[in-house]
This record gives sequence, structure tokens and C-alpha cells, in this order.
Amino acid sequence: MSLFWTIWISVITLIVVIGCAILLRLTSRNDTGVPEGEPMPHTFDGIQEMNNPLPKWWVGLFWFTIVIAVIYSFAFPTFTANYNGLLNWTSSEQSVMNPEESAELAKTSQSQYQREMNAADDKFGAVFKELAYQPSGEYKDLTLIAKDPEAVKVGQRLYLQNCAQCHGSDARGSKGFPNLTDDDWLYGGEAETIKATIMHGRNGVMAAWKDVLGGDQGVTEVASYVLQLSGRRVNAIEAQAGEEKFVICAACHGADGKGNHALGAPNLTDKIWLYGGSRKAVEDTIANGRNGVMPAWAKVLGEDKVHLISAFVYSLSQEK
Amino acid sequence: MKHEFIEKNVGLLAILIIVAISFGGLAQITPLLFQKETNEPVDTLRPYTALEMEGRDIYIKEGCHTCHSQMIRPFRAETERYGHYSVAGEHVWEHPFLWGSKRTGPDLARVGQRYSDAWHEVHLINPRDVVPQSNMPGFPWLMENVLTGEDTQRKLEIFRDNFGVPYTDQDIAGAQAAVEGKTEMQALIAYLQSLGHAFQ
Repeated sequence: MSLFWTIWISVITLIVVIGCAILLRLTSRNDTGVPEGEPMPHTFDGIQEMNNPLPKWWVGLFWFTIVIAVIYSFAFPTFTANYNGLLNWTSSEQSVMNPEESAELAKTSQSQYQREMNAADDKFGAVFKELAYQPSGEYKDLTLIAKDPEAVKVGQRLYLQNCAQCHGSDARGSKGFPNLTDDDWLYGGEAETIKATIMHGRNGVMAAWKDVLGGDQGVTEVASYVLQLSGRRVNAIEAQAGEEKFVICAACHGADGKGNHALGAPNLTDKIWLYGGSRKAVEDTIANGRNGVMPAWAKVLGEDKVHLISAFVYSLSQEK
Repeated sequence: MKHEFIEKNVGLLAILIIVAISFGGLAQITPLLFQKETNEPVDTLRPYTALEMEGRDIYIKEGCHTCHSQMIRPFRAETERYGHYSVAGEHVWEHPFLWGSKRTGPDLARVGQRYSDAWHEVHLINPRDVVPQSNMPGFPWLMENVLTGEDTQRKLEIFRDNFGVPYTDQDIAGAQAAVEGKTEMQALIAYLQSLGHAFQ
């Protein structure tokens, strides 16, 4: 902040504080020529004004605020952004230009915000460490944490705050958002895989195949074959024709239609349908494609929290 | 000047009142108009794309800002939920800014990339499909309204010429094409996904 603005603020502040004091001093004097308590020489619609002084308690309070204003001005950063006042107080680091700079400043900052964060870290950090870390400083194995009821409870809280919006508070998901309580996994259900999914997100792309399959007829045929894979009764001739076209689908879903965890291609032979298992829904998926996005949480939550959430999610499919 | 004289001349009284109350603004607001913190964009800030710009106008048109703020205050209770507190340098290209003053719903300053596009679509059509306890209204017509992009180019020009937002000639020339035929839903989701990009 330049010298000009420091002077600007200081002068205006000074004018206001001194101005208030002068005004108060002037209005406390009796300049009317009428003795105290006597009527003033004017009436308004028959209402008469008496020359009464300002109440003592009110004048006293006004002086008090002026004194406080002066003390406050020096205690807090009033006149310039470069001077934090006698109490050395700042709300937060407001001049940061990027997240890295902010993280760097957070290590040494004494702002009110940082002090609040540090106090919380002192209080909860130790508890958290015990749940997520080994004494050696490495993360505990997720399968172990999943058996610790206390840690799972913490993971569940974090899940409810951050994940329930899509996967539901019971983690059973809904159309387009996977159920996390069953054994069916798009990218694999190993604990570390779950953690990777949460940390870095996933982008599952099913292309639109309508044109390649030769229009609606082709889509219907492939849908019949796909439905047959999970044991549904379908038109056998359609399914036969669909099986031939399924070669294209096999690239991701496998020749047997059991899917591929590396690509996030769902297993088509179980009776679990991410976008609905009705003929219409399956045909819609084949014709127009799907794009299932799991956001990345590493930056938003940090790895510590993701670690506990992963353990909770892993525990969901282990209970049964 | 006699007190009586001021009291009996209303015009003069009004002028003196304005002078008296302007001191606060002069000391608190005017210096901010010239500070680096409030005028310089943060390193990672990028201008809204044409589609995001249209989405922003839909955000305003539908009154999203009356229930959602875009201002994360530096308190732990807020940053734990929403992410890094907002800084002035993120908002230098916002005209008007959409900080809001009421949170019926959550703050959206960093909602970008937190949910998938598909989630936003379901949620905007009927919020209770994904958040059962939500009291947010549904906006199903966003799916039906299609943008023509007629004014998009002009909007970008206004932001470049008046507010110094660094749009290239290419951005402006391609503005209408980037928007035309897209639904309001697509535009709004694009805007929402961009929110907070500078500090993520």
C-alpha cells in the first residue's frame, strides 16, 4: 500500500475522530442565551422546547467511544495494510496469488484463520494419526482400518459429507451412480483400487454405437444379446444377430461380456445395471453411449481423509 | 453557522449529511479501488469460455445467487467444507460479482469439478432425486431452452473492452459458434464446473 493511501486513510480517520470530539464539545455548551431548564423562545404548533442539556450518561458514553476509537486504531491494522497494529492481527493471507503460495505461507502465518486451523490440528491431528497411520509414519493397511470400528465411523462421517450426494447416504447409489455395497465393481474392489478411484477420479466412456451398428435394428439386436447374457428371455433370432455384432463390444466388455476393470467396462452378465436394466434403458445406452465421471478428491480432501473414506467404502462390501 | 440555520434549510442539511457519512466510504472503499490485491488476477485465473459466460447469465437469470453465495470466508468451519477461502484476485473479472449474501443452499465458490456433469443435470432437473432432503427448486426447463448465441460475441467484447478481460480475437470470433444449439442446461453446468478453478 503506497504512502499516499496511508496518509489518505490516516487524515480522514483523524478528521472524523477529532471532528466528533469538537462537535461533542460544542453541543455540550450552552450557547443559546437561555438559562438551563427555561423554555426556548420558539414554539412549533404549540409545542414548546425546553433548554435541557444532553444527558450526562450519554455524553460520557460518547467520550468513551472516542477513546476506544483511538485505542482500536493503533491496536489493529487501521492506517495501512503493511502495519498489522500493536496486536499484530490479520484475518487471513489475502494477497496469495496461487494455491502453492498459500500452502507455503500457511506454515508460518500467524493470521487468525491460521491460528484456528493450527489449534484444530493440535486437537484432532493426534486422534486422526492414530486411526490412519502406523507408528512408523506410513499409512495403515486399508483392510486393517476397515476392521477398526472407530476409524470406519470417522470414514463414514466423511463419506456422508462428501460422497452421499451421488452414491446415497446408504451407499447404494442410484441410476448412473454405482452401488458401493455390492460385490460388483467397475474398476475393481480391492482396497487400494478403491482408494485410487477416490483420489484421482474416473472417467468411464461408453461410445454411441447406433451408427456403427446400422441404426435401430442393430441396437435392438445387440440389446437382445446383452440381455440374454444375464439370463433374460429374448427373441432368439435377434440375439443370434446381436452376438455377431457383439464383437465390437467385446473390445471393452470382453468376449464373454464379463467386463474389464482396467477400462471400467461393466460386467454385462450379472443382473446389476448402472443405467437401468429395462430393454429401453439398455438400448439407450448402446445407441447414445454413456459417460460416467467420478471426480478426483485428492486435492479437495487430501490423502488422509481419502484413506479413511476408502477404508469405510471397502468395509461396506466386506460385511456380508 | 448557527444550528438553527442548518435545521431550517433542508437542502443544506442534506448536503452536510452526505459529507458527514461519506468519510467512512472515502477511508474504507476508495483505497481498495487502487490496490494490487483487488485489481490483479491470481496467477491461475482464466476468463470464462463463451459457453460458461452464457451459463453465468443463466445463473443470474434463474436467481441462483439469491440462495447460493460464492464467497468462502476464512473460517475453518467454511474451508473444511468448501475449500480454500476466497481471495479478491479471483474475482477481478467478475462484473457484476456474484458473492451473494444469503446461503439457503451451500456456497458454490468452488463447486467446480466436485460433481460430474451427469450429477448436475439430474440435480438441476429435480434436486430430490439425488439429495432427498433438499429444498432447492427444480429447473427442468433448462433442458428445453436452446441458446442461439446471438449476443454472446457482444458480451465477450464488453468484458474485453470495458473490464480488461484478456479475450483473444479468436475467442470472440468463435463465441457464437461455441454456444449455438447448446441447451441452457449445458451452459449452466459448464459455468458451475468452472467455479473456483483458480484455487483448486
